[in-house]
This record gives sequence, C-alpha cells and structure tokens, in this order.
Amino acid sequence: MTAIAQAWQSDFMWSFRRSPVAVVSFIVVMILVFGAVFAPLIAPYNPFDPATLNLMNGFSKPMQPNAFTGETFWLGTDDQGRDVFSTILYGMRISLFVGFCAVLFAMVLGVTLGLIAGYSGGLVGTIIMRVADVQLTFPAILVAMLIFGIAKGFTPVHLRDQMAVWVLILAIGLSDWVQFARVVRGATLVEKKKEYVQAAHLNGRKAAGIMLRHILPNVVGPVLVIATISLALAIIAEATLSFLGVGAPPTQPSLGTLIRIGQGFLFSGEWWILFFPAVTLLALALSVNLLGDWLRDVLNPRLR
Amino acid sequence: MAQALSNREVVLSVRDLVVEIPTRRALLRPVDQVSFDIGAGEILGVVGESGAGKSMTGNAVIGLLDRPAHIASGEIWLNGQRIDHLRREQIRKIRGKEIGMVFQDPLTSLNPLLPIGEQLRETILEHLAVPQREAEARAVAALEEVGIPAAAERINSYPHEFSGGMRQRVVIALALCAEPSLVIADEPTTALDVSVQAQIISLLKQLCHERGTAVMLVTHDMGVIAEAADRVAVMYAGRLAELGPVREVLTRPAHPYTTGLMASTPLASKGRKRLNQIPGAMPPLARLPEGCAFHPRCPRAEDKCLQDPGPSLAGCGGRAACWFATEAVA
Amino acid sequence: MSALVSVKNLTRTFDVSRPWLNRLLEGRPKAFLHAVSDVSFEIEEQSVYALVGESGSGKSTIGKMVVRLLAPSEGVIEIEGTDLFREPDQERVEKIRTDIQMVFQDPYASLNPRWRVRDIINEPVTARGGDGTGLAERLLEQVGLSAGDASKYPHEFSGGQRQRICVARALASEPKLIVCDEPTSALDVSVQAQVLNLMSDLKEEFGLTYLFISHDLTVVEHMADRIGVLYLGRLVEEAPRDSIFNDPKHPYTQMLFAAAPKLDAFGREVEPPKGEIPDPINPPSGCAYHPRCPFAIARCTLERPEMRQVGGSRVACHVAK
Repeated sequence: MTAIAQAWQSDFMWSFRRSPVAVVSFIVVMILVFGAVFAPLIAPYNPFDPATLNLMNGFSKPMQPNAFTGETFWLGTDDQGRDVFSTILYGMRISLFVGFCAVLFAMVLGVTLGLIAGYSGGLVGTIIMRVADVQLTFPAILVAMLIFGIAKGFTPVHLRDQMAVWVLILAIGLSDWVQFARVVRGATLVEKKKEYVQAAHLNGRKAAGIMLRHILPNVVGPVLVIATISLALAIIAEATLSFLGVGAPPTQPSLGTLIRIGQGFLFSGEWWILFFPAVTLLALALSVNLLGDWLRDVLNPRLR
Repeated sequence: MAQALSNREVVLSVRDLVVEIPTRRALLRPVDQVSFDIGAGEILGVVGESGAGKSMTGNAVIGLLDRPAHIASGEIWLNGQRIDHLRREQIRKIRGKEIGMVFQDPLTSLNPLLPIGEQLRETILEHLAVPQREAEARAVAALEEVGIPAAAERINSYPHEFSGGMRQRVVIALALCAEPSLVIADEPTTALDVSVQAQIISLLKQLCHERGTAVMLVTHDMGVIAEAADRVAVMYAGRLAELGPVREVLTRPAHPYTTGLMASTPLASKGRKRLNQIPGAMPPLARLPEGCAFHPRCPRAEDKCLQDPGPSLAGCGGRAACWFATEAVA
Repeated sequence: MSALVSVKNLTRTFDVSRPWLNRLLEGRPKAFLHAVSDVSFEIEEQSVYALVGESGSGKSTIGKMVVRLLAPSEGVIEIEGTDLFREPDQERVEKIRTDIQMVFQDPYASLNPRWRVRDIINEPVTARGGDGTGLAERLLEQVGLSAGDASKYPHEFSGGQRQRICVARALASEPKLIVCDEPTSALDVSVQAQVLNLMSDLKEEFGLTYLFISHDLTVVEHMADRIGVLYLGRLVEEAPRDSIFNDPKHPYTQMLFAAAPKLDAFGREVEPPKGEIPDPINPPSGCAYHPRCPFAIARCTLERPEMRQVGGSRVACHVAK
C-alpha cells in the first residue's frame, strides 16, 4: 500500500493530476481499451455470428425502433442488420491489437538497430541510418502498402484472410521503425560518451553488455514517448489501409473497414454507419496522441 | 558595511534581499536576507559553493530570475534608483546601459550570427546618444581597450573566429561599451585556462579601477577572489555568512565556515599530509536544518546554534553572521 | 621500488579532417591533431605521478591510453612490464587490466543513473563473471559511506558522495594503479579536501599507485610525488615535486606557477602572461612555447628542444639552466 501511496505522490503522478488534458485523455483511452478487451461481454450482439443476424433489422436508425422488427439499436445497424455499437467494439479490438503489435514490432526493431547504429557507428551504423533515411523520404502509408502487397503475394490464397492481420502488423511495423532508430541512435551517441560507459568498457564489459545493461535503460524515456505517439499513428495507418481495402478483411472488420463500409451509405442518408466508427477512431487516436504529448513534456526536462 | 565604503560613492545597494522559489513540496529560499553595498571602482567578490545562492543574487540584481523564482522582499538600489520592482522593459533598458554582464561561457553572451563590431555598435547606439560614425569609432576603441590586437581589422570577425580568452575579452568590451556603472561578472574565468584566467582578471581589475565601475565578481575560486576583489562576501545556503575587506576575511576569517573553507584549500595546508576538511556537504535548500544552516558541519556549534540562526550580519559589526563572530573579530 | 608503469615515446594523433567531399571542394589537405607527441615517463610503484597542463595539453588522452580506452598511434605503454596492446597472451592482458582502474572527472556522468549503487560498485567484479556479494557494502564503509547506501540510486547522493562511490568502484577489482582524471575539479573546495584526504588514506592502506591528472597546481602540489608538465601534447618538464615547485626550470612551468591564483596575493599587480595556447593542429615551429616565451632565442623557432637533464629535472628547453 505504501508503495502505491508513494507512487501517487511522485512527481510523475503529480504532474499527471495537474494536467486536465492528460487525465481526460487517459480516461477516454481506458474506456475504449476496456470496451475493446471486454467486447464479447459488453456488446449486446455478436455481429459476426450469422445466426443472430436478421436482415430485417438492416438500416435501423440510432435510438429508433426498427420499422419491421421493432428492435431498438443505440447506434443503429448497417445494411446487414449488424448492430453498429457492437461492430465498433469488435472493430476496436482489431484496431488496437494491430496498433499495439505493430508498435511493439517497430519498437523492438528500431531500438535494436538504433542502439547498434549509435554504439558501433562505422559502416554498419551508416548503412542502417541510410536505409532509414531512404525510407523516411516515402510516406509511411506508401511503405506500408508496398510491404503489405509484397507480403500478401507470398501468403497462400486460402490463408490470406487469416493472415491479413499479421501482414498488416508487419507492414505498419516496418514502416514505423525509423523514428525509434533515429531517436535511440541520437540518445546512444550522447550516452556513449558519458563516463559510466567508459568505466564499464574499462571493466571489461563487452559491447552487447554495455548496450543492453547500460545504455538501453537510459534511453527508454524517449522511446516510451515515441511508442505512445506511434500507437496513435499506427491505429490511423491501420484504419487508412483498411479504408483503402488493403487491410483488415470484412470478415474481421477494424474501425477502418467499418468506415469504408459506411462510406458507401453516406449519400443515401444512412450517416450513422460511417459516423460512429469515425468518431470512435478520432477519439482513440486523439486521446492516445495527447497522452503521448503530455508524456513527452513530462519526461523532457528542457521543455519545463 | 559602511566602514569600507566611507570614501566611495555607493553604486549598488542591496537590502534584505529574499528570492523565493515556490515548488510543489516547499518554498525554497535560494537567497535569504542578503544585504551588501558596492562602491564606485570597487570589486566585491561573492564566493560560495555551488547552490549557495551567489549566482541567484547576481541574477536578481539584473532582473534575470527564471520563473518561478522571484524577489519576495528586500530592495535593490542602483545609483539611488530602486530597481527591484521595475517592469521587464524598464529593467531591460537598465541592463546594458547601467549594468554590464559577463558570464562564464562567452558564447552565450555573443550572437554567433553577427560580427562582433555589429554587436558592439548596436549596444552603443541603443544606450548612448552618439552618431553612427562615433559608435563605430567607439567600438574599435572598446576592443583596443580590452587588448584585442588589430581591433580595426578584426571588428568584422564573427565570435567563432576568436579563441576562448579573446572571446571573453570581447564580452568584457561589450559589457563596458555603454559605460555602465556596475558590472556583474558571474564566474568569468571558470571556463578558461590558468594563463588566460590571469589575463582576464588583470584586465577586469584594471578597467574597473580606471573607470570607477563597481564590479560584483561571482566565483567559487578563493584564489580569484584574493587576486581581484577589494571586499568579499561569503555565502552559505542562501545567506551571507561573512562580509569584509578581502585581506581581513581571508587571513582572519570570523565565520567558522570561512575558516573551514580557507583551511581546506591545499595551499593553506601546505606541507601537511592531510588537508583540513569540513565534514559533510552543504544541505539542499529543501532540507535546511533549523537554526544556523551551517551548524551540522560546524566544529563550534552549541545548543543555541541549533535553534536560532544567530545574529544577522549587521548585528555584529557587519562582519559575520555567527554567534561567535564578535569575539573572533574583537 | 620499480616502475609500475613505463611510457615510452607515446604518440597519439587524431584525424580531424573535414569529410572527403568538403576537402575535395575546398582543396584542403587532411588535418591531424597531435594530441600527444613523444611522451616518455615512468611511474614508480606506490607513488603519485601527476600530469599537469592546460586544455589541449594531452593529459587526459595519456590517461585514457594508460587505462586502454584509447590505443596509442605510436610508442609503448608497459604496465608491470607488459605492453597490453601487443601482448599475445590474452589471459595475462585480462589479468593486468584488472590492476588498472580509473576515477573520472564528472561525478554525475560517471555513475549509471539507472543502476543501484551496489551494482555500480560491484561492476568491475561482476562484469568479469565474479561474485560481488557483500563487496559493495564493505567498500562503501571504506570510503566513508554506510553499507545501507548500497541499495540507493546515484541521484540520492551529493557530488562529493558520488565521487566516493566512484572511488569505491575503482577499488573493487583490487587494482594497483588508479588513473584519476581531474577527480576533484567538479567539486567544491570543502568537499575536494574530503576526497583528496580519502585518496591519500586509501593509497597508504592498499599500497596504491596514482596517475593524477589535473590542471590545478595546488591540488597537484599536495598530492604528487613526481610531476610532469605538458604543453601542446609534449612533456616540457618532469621532476620530483619539491624541485619543480621550488625551482621550475622551463619557462612555461614558471609562467604556469606565476599565473595560478594565490590566496595571499591580495591586490597583486603582476604582468599577466602573454598570449594564448596556439592551435594544436598547426603548432608553432621548433619549441611550441616560443611565441609566448620571454627567453626565446633564434634557435627556439627552428629546432625542437630534446628532453635533457638539468639538475634534478628533465627539461625540454634550449635555454633552461
């Protein structure tokens, strides 16, 4: 208990409590994550169980009883009678899962390459950073589409839908590692010159040991900040890919897929099919991003 | 204090200055009840360890405190004008015109993108009512005065084209070109090598004595103080521990802290195997002890030191803020 | 007593050229900085050898080469008779490396902020696969801290206490030689005295040898048995402490002593030294000190003086007597 009380009193928690933006963003993120994780328990319908679907419920308006069945759906239904609220909860699961995994992948890859490039320098470092520079000149989404296309070409046809999510993670992750690598390389260059690293070197520690045990713990701060901001970007990237039809398949729709489906009905007046997934995506990306911004300010003493 | 200044015109007078920094956990007082005067042509050395409040005092005088630090009480008088509660624009005018500044790192005081002549001219034109051509001549004269060879040719050079010592000379020229009555030099030689340090100190001394400029020389180096200062103020944990003529203070310190400080320099223990040492370290501002802030490290501390901070400087002949100071001076 | 460290004709150059494309466009040659040139000296066992000099004198570069953080460009460093850079027997190299430790200048950068003090102090042992149980606690008490401090983090200590932790770490591998690179220049005077006293005590207790690198003459005078004065990467004078302080032979040493601030120099009006340290990439011809030297003769501009014996000192000067 005292440990929790101490943590609550820490400077970190103090500045959190003092920042309304951080508190509100955190609450929004928590609600959305909770909804996504416990979707099967919360969602009133399982939108992917054909047995529960009733085509008669199609195009129900939000909060209004359906003309044929008399059922009421909070956020309405789509053309196939799927409850929009439930699809959003399930869609968020895919979006968040892809986002988290992609960032994790990008982080591991970027931090490793950044550490190596920063610590060893030389030819290896130059090659890593040149690749990073080249990749930065393309828009991330283009890189992701390219990787997605190539990876899809290599997956057998009957596995494509199952593999789609993993291919998506690979594509977004590979398009996003550069930021991590650049920041970690910069921080490593600074840390490497510090005398504690020289002391470790002097004491016979090998390069790998110095990187992992000495430098890595001292560069995590900025990595966490980038990871948070990258999460927002990855969720948007996933949504964009899915919106363009190259991401999550309609059998496993993410928020982006939902928006793509809804887009088809926008001009025929069924606005809610697009509107609610879009608002959810906006809330999710914005609050994660604001949280990342706040974290960056707290962890960066120069900005205070 | 008055005794040392009797024959001099007072340029800067600081009275009971208190600087406070409100933080989340406590109200810190990096400068606490500090009073001193500096006369025309006089160099007042301000010494202390890191965190003693010496730089903060200097910054308070020139109105350069970083928020949330602010002057909580006390008065600062410059040539009979009170300047501690002036607004930002007003104090900005006084800086440069009335107060010159020399900092530890010459690069922070110089604009790297402008030739030094440009910076000198700008300062002169801003503060002195002289025509353009006159400003030009004065800039060259200022550089010559601080000992920059071939000043007329080098006036269009950029700061990075000068060596560290020459750069600090340029900064001194910049600080003095508007003919201020007070110069605040904050660790002006700390970043320099011994031989260059000696040059800069001798230059500072010579210029100030010639022009009758008052100088507040902030440093941690007792040797620099001994060489340059007329009087010395010793600070500890935000308070003035001792103030007096430099020869007096350094040879017959009245405050136990000054005594310890002098004894722990290797020069003072020459030929001995072990140096005298003051036990412990200066407490952080957030954890100042009750009573006299020095008592946990003081060899003479008695019960009364634990409860009462002791007499103020003025209370015992203006020499040292310590219960035992009066007897030491007497 | 025999020499623990023997440095012969040590030279280190750094390539400070601009990138090749710039060189091509601006038509400049490659530029080399001779940080250390042809330096030779010996450190007796259980003595304190001090290297003094201003910035750019190469004193830290020599320290880094002695502890093997940098490789010499030319010359030999023998420790216990073994040249660590050329010795083929890796086991012997590793064994001797544990005999050398270093204490750095900045007590804030020399301790990993994310590590507990226990792990920091034990590192010289654990990094080589040894067992450090109880070692940190014992060493902490040895350097005047308490065993309970072992589980704290560096930010909980003041500058002086951190430097004590650095000393404790240096002692962990039971070294014979400790290279101290400006160990007290970041500390306040009152704390500096504590650390210097601690280092003297430990030297007696463990029979240590120090290579003491400093720009502060007062500290050097207090600590050193033998002193080498460096100017622009070259040794200009080398002598036992008393003879160098009582009778400095080289004009540069004389200038250095005269320029150093003194506590009893109230209102001293002396002529400050002339000039500044020249650009080490293009040092002056002959004796590098000649443009600033009040005794320089024509020969000084042409011919670099060799080290020669003058009284009890070795001096590199044409005019010194």
